[in-house]
Amino acid sequence: MRRITGERRLLAAHLGLVYLFLYGPIAVLVALSFNKSGLPTAWTGFSVEWYGKLLGNEAIHAAVANTLIVAVASTLISTAIGTLLALGLERLRSSALLDALVYVPMIIPDIVLAIALLSFFTALKLTLGLHSIIVSHAVFNIAFVCVVVRTRLKHFDTSIIEASIDLGANEIRTFFRITLPVIFPGVLSGALLAFTLSVDEFIIAYFTAGAGPASTTFPMQIYSMIRFGVTPEINAVATIVLGVSFFLVLLSQRLNREAA
Amino acid sequence: MSAEVLRRVVLLGPGLGWFALFLVIPCGIVFVYSFFERGTYGGIDYIFTVENYARAADPLYLAIFLTSAKLAAITTLAALLIGYPAAYLIATAPKRWQMPLLILVMLPFWSNYLIRSYAWIVVLNREGLVNHGLQALGLIDEPLPLLYNQFAIVVGLLYGYLPFMVLALYSSISRLNPEIAEASADLGASSLRTFLRITLPLTLPGIGAGSVFVFVLSIGNFITPDLLGGGRSLMVGNLIFDQFLSARDWPFGSSLAFILIAVMLLLLVAQAWAVKRAQGAGIHA
Repeated sequence: MRRITGERRLLAAHLGLVYLFLYGPIAVLVALSFNKSGLPTAWTGFSVEWYGKLLGNEAIHAAVANTLIVAVASTLISTAIGTLLALGLERLRSSALLDALVYVPMIIPDIVLAIALLSFFTALKLTLGLHSIIVSHAVFNIAFVCVVVRTRLKHFDTSIIEASIDLGANEIRTFFRITLPVIFPGVLSGALLAFTLSVDEFIIAYFTAGAGPASTTFPMQIYSMIRFGVTPEINAVATIVLGVSFFLVLLSQRLNREAA
Repeated sequence: MSAEVLRRVVLLGPGLGWFALFLVIPCGIVFVYSFFERGTYGGIDYIFTVENYARAADPLYLAIFLTSAKLAAITTLAALLIGYPAAYLIATAPKRWQMPLLILVMLPFWSNYLIRSYAWIVVLNREGLVNHGLQALGLIDEPLPLLYNQFAIVVGLLYGYLPFMVLALYSSISRLNPEIAEASADLGASSLRTFLRITLPLTLPGIGAGSVFVFVLSIGNFITPDLLGGGRSLMVGNLIFDQFLSARDWPFGSSLAFILIAVMLLLLVAQAWAVKRAQGAGIHA
């Protein structure tokens, strides 16, 4: 190569530092989760004690269960509705206003959506709980699913739908036999995205959960662990969460690649 | 009902209905609340007033808006300066390396934001890795106050949104035709000149999109200033949070939320307009 190599080496060093910035703090958490003393100040030996402590922590178990209920329910709702919306917007040549409306839940600050939903539920005198979190999470999840599925639909050859209709299949049959199988990878990656977003979401859940541990979600539990008294258990929690989310992202990447 | 209308209702109805009920109406309620007075015991007195908006201009609150904008701007600039060379290298790497390198940048972005913020509490505190490292190297005698201040907020926001910036820049840079830069080099331009005159102008849409999104996500952020900023209302997100959950002044909190949305919309519209203009110029050039 010519003189470019020097520049590229500099850029590569820069990229290395970026990865250090991105993964350094994560690596520290993972290392600390195996530290016997649990303290960040000194390494006192390898231990899985903090993971053991987690097994007995019932507040965390309940919070994880709540989060799974919320995430699964809001993912199911938003995958169904978001896919229909994507088909509608893509096929029916809709207006720019509707396109913009879909982006609003994606860019509105969480805190604003949170207070808006709290005001709405309070005005209706609705009892808050897991159901209100599910409904609230579906708002942004529908938007994300819709956008992911629409990307898939852009590469969709509509002539096969016309062929199916011409051959005598009705619209519902055509949807289940032709359209859905073709766009399924998009639907699946939309659903995975929705699930991940819901599992991680904190502020909107915090505002729409109501009081009491019955509707405390996992991120709410993590927040109170960080905010009010850090125990070394949080490092073990963090390591597990990081591991699971990295696994899910890599899985969804793989799904997408195989589909492409 | 004709088949066409039925199709519209089935496809668009549930989604648009959900948005109308759980997005448009709730935002409408907040907008209306922002023009009412606060009740004595934290409720709402239905008396029209613009006092809430006037109060937002009070130096105390104006300062919080300005701090939010300042921290978001510093974060955006840092993300751009750090993210551009990284995105450039990834976009010009051999094809089979591009996706793995990009996924490696995006991976932390998909994990829990609270935990990513917490990681910085561990790294930046007085007994943390950075202070220990600097002391071990003999560079400092006393631990530096790295946590619970504006510096920590910027680090946290940068950590959160740098991947986003890299992604936006990557998609812009990877679409460049490398032959244009080669032509410039063949015609005798130095690589710096080629970068400033060719690459940079052609990737301005990516720079604009990445910057606007990082700025918008940063200025409305709640978690980072809450966990890393030291618990005081440093940014507008915390201020809104406090008005709803501790001060119980919903009308004032509502007016703050609408001012925040107005600022964001202004930026997004300006960005969309700039992109349209740049595309128009590209066609005529």
